[in-house]
Amino acid sequence: MISDPDVVGLLYLVSIVCFILALKFLSSPKHARRGNWVGGIGMVIAIATTLALDGISNWLLIVVGGLIGSVIGIVGARTVKMTAMPQMVALFNGVGGGAAALVALSEFHVSSGDLAGEEIVSVVLSALIGSISFSGSMIAFAKLQELLSGRPIVFAGQNIVNVAMLGGAAALGVALIAGADEQWVLIGLIVLALVFGVMFVLPIGGADMPVVISLLNAFTGLAASATGFVLNSLLLIVAGMLVGASGTLLTLLMAKAMNRSVANVLFGAFGQVQTGAGGPRVDDGRTVRATSPEDVAVQLSFARKVVVVPGYGLAVAQAQHDVRQLAELLEDKGIDVAYAIHPVAGRMPGHMNVLLAEANVPYDQLKEMDEINPEFPQTDVALVIGANDVVNPAARSDPASPIYGMPILDVDKAASVIVMKRSMAPGFAGIDNELFLEPQTTMLFGNAKDSIVKLIAAVKAT
Amino acid sequence: MTEISLVVELTVLVLAIFLGFEVISKVPTMLHTPLMSGTNFIHGIVIVGAIMVLGFADDSFTKAIGFVAMVLASANVVGGWFVTDRMLEMFKRRPEDRK
Repeated sequence: MISDPDVVGLLYLVSIVCFILALKFLSSPKHARRGNWVGGIGMVIAIATTLALDGISNWLLIVVGGLIGSVIGIVGARTVKMTAMPQMVALFNGVGGGAAALVALSEFHVSSGDLAGEEIVSVVLSALIGSISFSGSMIAFAKLQELLSGRPIVFAGQNIVNVAMLGGAAALGVALIAGADEQWVLIGLIVLALVFGVMFVLPIGGADMPVVISLLNAFTGLAASATGFVLNSLLLIVAGMLVGASGTLLTLLMAKAMNRSVANVLFGAFGQVQTGAGGPRVDDGRTVRATSPEDVAVQLSFARKVVVVPGYGLAVAQAQHDVRQLAELLEDKGIDVAYAIHPVAGRMPGHMNVLLAEANVPYDQLKEMDEINPEFPQTDVALVIGANDVVNPAARSDPASPIYGMPILDVDKAASVIVMKRSMAPGFAGIDNELFLEPQTTMLFGNAKDSIVKLIAAVKAT
Repeated sequence: MTEISLVVELTVLVLAIFLGFEVISKVPTMLHTPLMSGTNFIHGIVIVGAIMVLGFADDSFTKAIGFVAMVLASANVVGGWFVTDRMLEMFKRRPEDRK
């Protein structure tokens, strides 16, 4: 048993260093996995130290609770499909937030009103943010898992109801800080915060999920950090804040990649309101030209540089492995192949990279937008698979377009563009894509997986 | 636990914010999903709070709440770690099975 607080503090310091190193190792895929091990060691040290604290009892409950949670965690982590990664992350995020809120609640209960000023503030913050994160993440999970409609769910006066609920929770929080020591006040706050979390994620559409998940990630970090103030633990304060910083940074990056403010994503109900917007369509006599797998195969075989532009449609069609096969065939012919990844491709930050890595695409072929854009003018064929808005040149040229100003992949600068698409349906933003009418663009209609399988056969034949 | 003064806690908090932004901004876009699940794992550190609440609990209300917190936090820690490890394992330079 450890009774010297300095020993405890030093051991916790070792875990803090481990967590920071874990994040530092993530700066390159070469040693990122080792970093996760370092973080794991840090966690083991933190848990072991806490278990060894003087006076810890209730061992049976601790062990049983830990085992139940671990089994849930392992089974979930082992069985989840990579396409379902966003909802898995949302789920683990939510349980963390829930745990933080519960820790705050029991600290309040045990102290029976005997908390210092800053401790009660921290209890309120931890309970509030943790609860919002918990229920918000559960709704995000349900939407991504398609248990709920991925479309924004809205009703009249929604924002007013939300503000009222958050205001109510805040009022209870102020009452607690002012000295109310009855437990129902804190429980009422938690209930209001839980309902607010639900209402706050319901109106957000599927394609905006990257922003929401990042934000909820930041929330859980902040809740953990607030719990640190309650428990007087620098370990929780630092670890929670590292997560808070990470989530905040990702939220801002995602919003920037969509050229929208975070407020607009959260309160705009985008897909719902703006469908059909985008200015009058000018019919200038240009039409889309369809092509065949055989023609595309010839074009690809005689190219020197091919850039694949994958969108979420590729993942939906489960065509990652086929795309990698096609790319390998082309590489064997001496053709330079790269993948251009837009920051918001997929349903969470960096999702498309994970999906392609799972299909054994080597990571040095995965190019970020800023890295690949200058290369499009030297590209012979850009193969757009299941991506739409992120390659729409209107974002550069048409101030009336709702996506104007959004950074895009400049595929229209390639010598030839092939767009693989199910139909002419518009993308998420509900607007037409000028790219499809450009003279260098041809369309290959059909299911992405079928089309690529046909392409592979045709390339082998040429 | 020893009492730490609020000013010390706030100082550490602010330093952690700057450190966090510094370290996270070095993570390439490619690894943003593992970054999210990795930070997910790190906020599982609330398990320390759950252990303390449950370990020091002596009434049934606190035990019940602490137990649920323990289940949630350990699912967070274990799930977050394994899912991150699974993802990072997939990031390879060149598959060895290429001819």
